[in-house]
Amino acid sequence: MAAVLAVVLLPIAVVLAHLFFPTGDLWAHLASTVLPRYVANTLWLIAGVGVLTLIGGVGAAWLVSLCRFPGRQFFSWALLLPFAMPAYVIAYTYTGLLDFSGPVQTGLRDLFGWTGDDYAAPNIRSLTGAIVMLSLVLYPYVYLLSRSAFLEQSICSLEVSRTLGCTPAQAMWRVALPLARPSIVAGMALALLEALNEFGAMQHFGVDTFTTGIFRVWLADGSPAGAAKLASVFLIFVFAILALERRSRGRAAFHQLSIRYRPLPGWRLHGWRAAFAVVFCATPVAFGFAVPAGALAWWTWLSAAEVVNADFFRLTLTSVALAASAAVLTVAVALFLAYAARRSASRLFRGLTRLAAVGYAVPGAVLAVGIVIPLAALDRQINAIGAEAFGVSPGLIFNGTLFALLLAYAVRFLAISHGAIDGGLTRITGHMDDAARTLGVSAFGVIRRIHAPMLRPSIAAAGLLIFVDVLKELPATLLLRPFGIDTLALRTYEYATDEQLVEAAPSALAIVLAGILPVILLSRAMRRSSEPHEAAGVAPIAAGAPL
Amino acid sequence: MTAAPPGPDLSIESLTHRFDRVTALEEISLDIGEGQILALLGPSGCGKSTLLRLVAGLETIQHGRIVIGGKPVGAASGPNLPPERRNVGFLFQDYALFPHLSAADNVAFGLRHLGDAERRKRVGEVLERVGVSGLAGAYPHTLSGGQQQRIALARALAPSPGVLLLDEPLSGLDARLRHGLADTLFAILRETATTAVVVTHDPEEAMYVADRIGVMRDGRLMQFGPPASVYDRPASPFVTNFMSDSNRLTGIVGESGTIDTGWGMVDAGTLPPGKSAHVLVRYQGVGIGFDFADSGTVRARVLRSRPIGANTLVALEAADRPGETLYARTPAHSAPWEGDCVAVTLDPAHVFVFPSANAK
Repeated sequence: MAAVLAVVLLPIAVVLAHLFFPTGDLWAHLASTVLPRYVANTLWLIAGVGVLTLIGGVGAAWLVSLCRFPGRQFFSWALLLPFAMPAYVIAYTYTGLLDFSGPVQTGLRDLFGWTGDDYAAPNIRSLTGAIVMLSLVLYPYVYLLSRSAFLEQSICSLEVSRTLGCTPAQAMWRVALPLARPSIVAGMALALLEALNEFGAMQHFGVDTFTTGIFRVWLADGSPAGAAKLASVFLIFVFAILALERRSRGRAAFHQLSIRYRPLPGWRLHGWRAAFAVVFCATPVAFGFAVPAGALAWWTWLSAAEVVNADFFRLTLTSVALAASAAVLTVAVALFLAYAARRSASRLFRGLTRLAAVGYAVPGAVLAVGIVIPLAALDRQINAIGAEAFGVSPGLIFNGTLFALLLAYAVRFLAISHGAIDGGLTRITGHMDDAARTLGVSAFGVIRRIHAPMLRPSIAAAGLLIFVDVLKELPATLLLRPFGIDTLALRTYEYATDEQLVEAAPSALAIVLAGILPVILLSRAMRRSSEPHEAAGVAPIAAGAPL
Repeated sequence: MTAAPPGPDLSIESLTHRFDRVTALEEISLDIGEGQILALLGPSGCGKSTLLRLVAGLETIQHGRIVIGGKPVGAASGPNLPPERRNVGFLFQDYALFPHLSAADNVAFGLRHLGDAERRKRVGEVLERVGVSGLAGAYPHTLSGGQQQRIALARALAPSPGVLLLDEPLSGLDARLRHGLADTLFAILRETATTAVVVTHDPEEAMYVADRIGVMRDGRLMQFGPPASVYDRPASPFVTNFMSDSNRLTGIVGESGTIDTGWGMVDAGTLPPGKSAHVLVRYQGVGIGFDFADSGTVRARVLRSRPIGANTLVALEAADRPGETLYARTPAHSAPWEGDCVAVTLDPAHVFVFPSANAK
């Protein structure tokens, strides 16, 4: 038990410890050269993505949950679609679309007879471009959480505010928004953590942040210690976001999900208001999903003959196998921890279990550093002992193996499975166990006949989410991949790095298609939230359990 | 109800139980005969639910012994059967229905030993008996509290348990549903001659349903006996007050073997002269009249007179001792007006005298 927790928490502890290790020249060098740029870019990124996802996510959530306009039903789930689009994929796609030789500029030149000197195209490969790209795919976090907050609170409190003399708009500013604030901040925190984690898009756009810095210091400068130092400073930003979220949440940590649902009367929009609402909701769906997905489909059509071959299917298979094993492993660890916590009365232990979920906030690159350093040390020890005792050095045992990669996935995505399974388990009351026992079922029978069927939806949902997240994961996979392992995400990255954006499309499209699965799951959970029992399996995830 | 039971069906022998350092049960011993209903009565936290869980085997026994149907099922040293082998039924306060199973499947849960046809028949029977056969296919979250309660009862009864344990079975329901369900519940228990233990904090409920009442407080069994004896001969001020709201007076036993309570003289019973005593007077034992001629009456002013259903609760203040109040419960038709001056008498049938040392 303690061993499992230790393994899960070790990578984070290792990185944090580097905050206090003296590194001498190396650190002075970093601090005087790249660090100010990393900090500035990271702060701009946080500010930009924060503002855009806030406006887009909250605005859209307010429109679809409290207003009535044409297409509202469609938008309420379509607004989740950009979830399926990994940031690096959308970055590559828009690079291809907006290139000098891409369809947009070519089209404009043809249409107006311009030449390349007649106009100044905004450069998407910039910090601003990165902010827009990330916001387009990350706003659904804010949308999802604020929407469920609006739906939960609105029934009673909005009506009360109306009886107290508020107009619909006043009710929004004075009641709905303040009540939804914890959820909105939780959504923003998730979006910002994802933004900090992003590697592919940042590298492609040449925007230096901590994540790309860790890669450079580690791989180009060959200094894992420097990477760890950088990672430890990076973690300060992560914990700052977590702390802000915690503080904003205050005591409003739990929403009662079992309140009775009643559809809201809704504010009917007409004329220019309705048109504005449609445009507001359609913009992120179009640019965050429809346009890039369409482009990917078109490019896949163009490049399929060349790219989609036996090798492509082999790496698809590798990806699926890797993601499936990670999902099984992570769910198993979460089940183990959740049951141990259920059986244990120790408050300390429960706290530690919750701490283990912090891995979700830790960027993949940081995690990779935290895993490689102790495993390398372990390998060295084993080799030294082996050489001394038996005259053999077994070489790499943990590092550079599947073990390291799976460990990284498990640590990073533990929060998803832990949240879902813990949420599922709390719905199984102690009295249900007791009732089953008195009805002649053994302790094992209770697990089999009560827990298994009741947990199945939570386990399936968690497994699916982790499966898709692993499929998309890039930075940790890139740093920890065992020799010879190739995945869809890695292939996409490699093509994009070579500026072969059209060739990158088939693997990217495969990832996007897989990413639609959890979107379907989420939208179903959202629709079913009128039935607390049915929705409860997925609700912890939809409600942002990772934090 | 009066038939002599053929030997104890459930016996609890010097059960002591601790959680960390808190004593939940202290040397509890009692037994009840086959088909009898025992009500464990007491305020929350008195240990009555712990006792129930120990009988079911849901808590591990620490000290003492539990025998069901002549067979020891739990002992601190010796056999300690797991709950599934004790043949007990348990009705939980929150029903604890399995949300992933329909009502019929919930009821069938404990009937795995039966064949399909037999099981279906039994489920149908039991659902019919508790009056919810129309709900067989329904899922728990679609049912009302009362319906869930009946399904839970059917589930607990289906395997014909040797002892049925009920934890506050009626407390989750509103008053209107309570009596209907209580009658169904106890009619079934009688018909099937099922031995049952009911945990409750409501003395009326306990007296309505039980053959034996055990009054508990702070983990101790304060009194154990038939309802009438517990009500009519309470062993302590606590039991007196718990069974029925009472005024608590004090006084010293005089030479003549009576106590002057300030609200009239009461018989000291066996207490010797000079002993200080607690005198408990039930609200309904305070008589209110307008005949001041009788020497036994005490003059009082009516502070409040509020109808509470069929009765009226009256707060009285002694005419010569302002600030000292006495409560009376009288039929609504004979209630005085607020501000009235009345003559108070104490009904000896509702007066209980205890020595002060036993003040608890």
